[in-house]
Amino acid sequence: MSTTATAPVQTLPEHHYLNATYGIRSWLLTTDHKRIALLYLASVTFFFFIGGFFAMMIRLHLMTPNGLLLSADTYNRMFTMHGVTMIFFFLIPSIPAVLGNFLIPLMVGAKDLAFPRVNLLSWYIYIIGGCFTLYSMIAGGLDTGWTFYTPFSTVYSNSAVAPAVLGVFITGFSSILTGLNFLVTVHTMRAPGMTWFRLPIFVWSHYATSVVMILGTPVIAITLGLAAMERVFGLGFFNPAMGGDPILFQHLFWFYSHPAVYIMILPAMGVVSELIPTFARKQIFGYGFVAAASLAIAVIGFLVWAHHMFVTGQSTYAALAFSLLTFVVAIPSAIKVFNWTATLFGGSISFDTPMLYAFGFIGLFIVGGLTGLFLGCLGVDMHVHDTYFVVAHFHYIMVGGAVMGYLGGMHFWWPKITGRMYPEWIARIAALILFVGFNLTFFPQFVLGYLGMPRRYHVYPPEFQVYNVMSTAGASILAVGYLLPMIYLTWAAFYGKVAGPNPWPATGLEWRTPSPPPTENFEVTPVVTWEPYDFHHRPDLGLEGGAPQGPAVAPAHGDD
Amino acid sequence: MSENEHTNHIVQPGTYTAIILTLLTLTALTVAAAYVNLGPFNIVVALAIATIKATLVVLFFMHAKFVPRRTQLIIISGVFWLIILLFMTLSDYVTRVDYRGVRFPISQNFSAGLPPRA
Amino acid sequence: MHRTGALYGQFKTLEQQKDTATLGMWIFLVTEIMFFGGIMLAYTINRHTYFPAFAMGSNTLSLFLGGTNTVVLLASSFTMAMGVWSAQVGKKQLLTIFLSLTLVLGFVFLGIKYIEYAQKFHHHLVPGRNFDITYCVNNPARCDDLSPSELEVEREELAKALNADPALNSHAQLYYSAYFGMTGLHALHMIIGAGLLLWLLKESLAGRFDAQYNNPVDIIGLYWHFVDIVWIYLFPLLYLIDRHK
Repeated sequence: MSTTATAPVQTLPEHHYLNATYGIRSWLLTTDHKRIALLYLASVTFFFFIGGFFAMMIRLHLMTPNGLLLSADTYNRMFTMHGVTMIFFFLIPSIPAVLGNFLIPLMVGAKDLAFPRVNLLSWYIYIIGGCFTLYSMIAGGLDTGWTFYTPFSTVYSNSAVAPAVLGVFITGFSSILTGLNFLVTVHTMRAPGMTWFRLPIFVWSHYATSVVMILGTPVIAITLGLAAMERVFGLGFFNPAMGGDPILFQHLFWFYSHPAVYIMILPAMGVVSELIPTFARKQIFGYGFVAAASLAIAVIGFLVWAHHMFVTGQSTYAALAFSLLTFVVAIPSAIKVFNWTATLFGGSISFDTPMLYAFGFIGLFIVGGLTGLFLGCLGVDMHVHDTYFVVAHFHYIMVGGAVMGYLGGMHFWWPKITGRMYPEWIARIAALILFVGFNLTFFPQFVLGYLGMPRRYHVYPPEFQVYNVMSTAGASILAVGYLLPMIYLTWAAFYGKVAGPNPWPATGLEWRTPSPPPTENFEVTPVVTWEPYDFHHRPDLGLEGGAPQGPAVAPAHGDD
Repeated sequence: MSENEHTNHIVQPGTYTAIILTLLTLTALTVAAAYVNLGPFNIVVALAIATIKATLVVLFFMHAKFVPRRTQLIIISGVFWLIILLFMTLSDYVTRVDYRGVRFPISQNFSAGLPPRA
Repeated sequence: MHRTGALYGQFKTLEQQKDTATLGMWIFLVTEIMFFGGIMLAYTINRHTYFPAFAMGSNTLSLFLGGTNTVVLLASSFTMAMGVWSAQVGKKQLLTIFLSLTLVLGFVFLGIKYIEYAQKFHHHLVPGRNFDITYCVNNPARCDDLSPSELEVEREELAKALNADPALNSHAQLYYSAYFGMTGLHALHMIIGAGLLLWLLKESLAGRFDAQYNNPVDIIGLYWHFVDIVWIYLFPLLYLIDRHK
């Protein structure tokens, strides 16, 4: 499906970032953003398996109403560890730390991120935090729910709270440093001619994500720090017996954890904004609006946190304000969906695997997003709060949205990362399996929640069993949908067809380097003279009627 | 398009001296003000003086007066976000109303329980 | 290993490197604003809820020591700023002197903090650890660092506070949680700052900084000033809650 004017490439480039140096030290002490991205890929995949294991335990246990597999206490630990692992160690790092790290310097035309050593430090901090959390699991696990509500977590729980809290606290700094690196890189490291409005939307999305990381993560850090001190030293901010206030903990916790969901979805939206124009062969509709919408989501996302606290007894007037703001925050997301749809209109659409994931994202994100509005409505929330309706809602966004975005991005950029193409047909089948499995898992949960099944309960009334069994069946199919890409992408990295610099073709700067790129990314610093997503005026990519004209890249002043 | 973080403006020792003397004076002022009973305004005065001191340190010692607009925006955003955290959380506490429709005074003593039925 | 003053590989010019590092430090300081902000929120809510306990706690702090520390830290900000100026005009020896002064003042601050903390431990004012707000008033012999007149004042205040809030002992722990939490966090940042200053001093003694290259001095200065600003707020919030009688 390649329409580049050059002949198909038969071999990988001789020197690239993967074979530049050998040995474990060259990987563990690397400052190359591309290698660090792969280090993150290995780690987040590891934690994905762990979170997936806990999910499997939950779904197996819930097949019967009386819960034959696990005790109540153990069940609590299962859903808690599932949440903590998936949110802090998979979803939050995934796209930014893997795809963001790999692509942002390439997309802005830089040799590396602004602070490469800080980038490596960020990975090590993530690993250390992960070790603490793993220790917590080995020490019997955590049973407080991923939300660590006090005073249960700080005073009464008999589980390994302190190591887990410490682990999440430490990993937060990994997030902060990644965000800091991205923000500074976009500000100061852009190539000549790469103005703000020529940046790919992927970069805008990651800029917005980084703003959220910078402003939000420190608050969860101090909150968990205070909670840990309460547990270990007996400080009393959140303990009613000492006059403290559990609602204060919730305010502080959700001030970060709501924007955190935007950390998880904005990068995926950025990926989709790359996929749709590429596979519709059309300029993205309303570039300015899509970029602005990313920033708007980041900013307004900080103003809605108390919609997680509607039933806590907080002020009704405050709840009203937060509910209104929750409706407002949906608007920029909707703008993006409309713009993607408008991009498709009149485009030349092809159904490559990344595009399938992009479509999956849009459909499932709409469901998840709209159900979020239902939850943001005070009256409705009184009934469905803490039921499976909420569980279904956030899984539609997190899995149907963020993970689909992640997988779509992995497929799209796999040829760039490894130099080799994945097998297209099995990939499409896997995407379909995933889509079917996902919906079978989580759609029944909307029904369950609406009918009143509470979340975090290890038993349920027998009339709910049929939906639970459907959900578990779906989960098994979903698991296959996840395992397949892991297998064939790994296979493709070694044995796939050589892809060449731009197999799609796509218009970003990252597609002008060889696949895989050399360590320094660009032999000559590119000078950008074209607009983004321009599929009609890029002779250098063979995207115009005539043959390529002139030199592909001009040497910049003071260049190598 | 990399804006210069530093215009080549060098702040002079004279300016620094003036600032430190002002800061010390304001410190004395804030201690003195603490000994005067201004009721609920004690905290307002204390925070106002602290904010003036902080602003002087940011503008002059940290050269924020002379950095590009982009950096100034970043500083202001940080402060603004802190204000969002404080004020929106307080908006909950300050507007709570109990089952009688009576406002909870923010200085309610939690461990004393709800006020008795009127 | 990168040598201080060298141009790192990902940058095109020293100018770009300087811009980038400075921007990085400012963004880091924004994260610090939010970090301290969280505990400020906890303080705010609890102070309003338990004013008598907070007032009582505040008055057990030594205004003299706290005030001295404020002056010390402000002075250290001055010497730090002067250090940056010295580097900018290429006066290397003056830079070393000002950095040393800043470091010394920093250690004075930490020393005074240590004295204050030791006093709190001695007076049973550490939350969770045999905490007893009435300890000194009931055991004057054990609290011999307080003069009889100070103890008398404390006794009166304690009586008034207990009247206003019968559960004073429990709620006063919240004040001291805020006290130790906020000043502890601040002290941790000062210790890190002292470490950074030591490195800066080492490099300065080796003559690495001049009018062309002095960015590390500048950005570590930014960090130091920020830590000073935190204390500018902590001082009135913790020491000056209710000093008027």
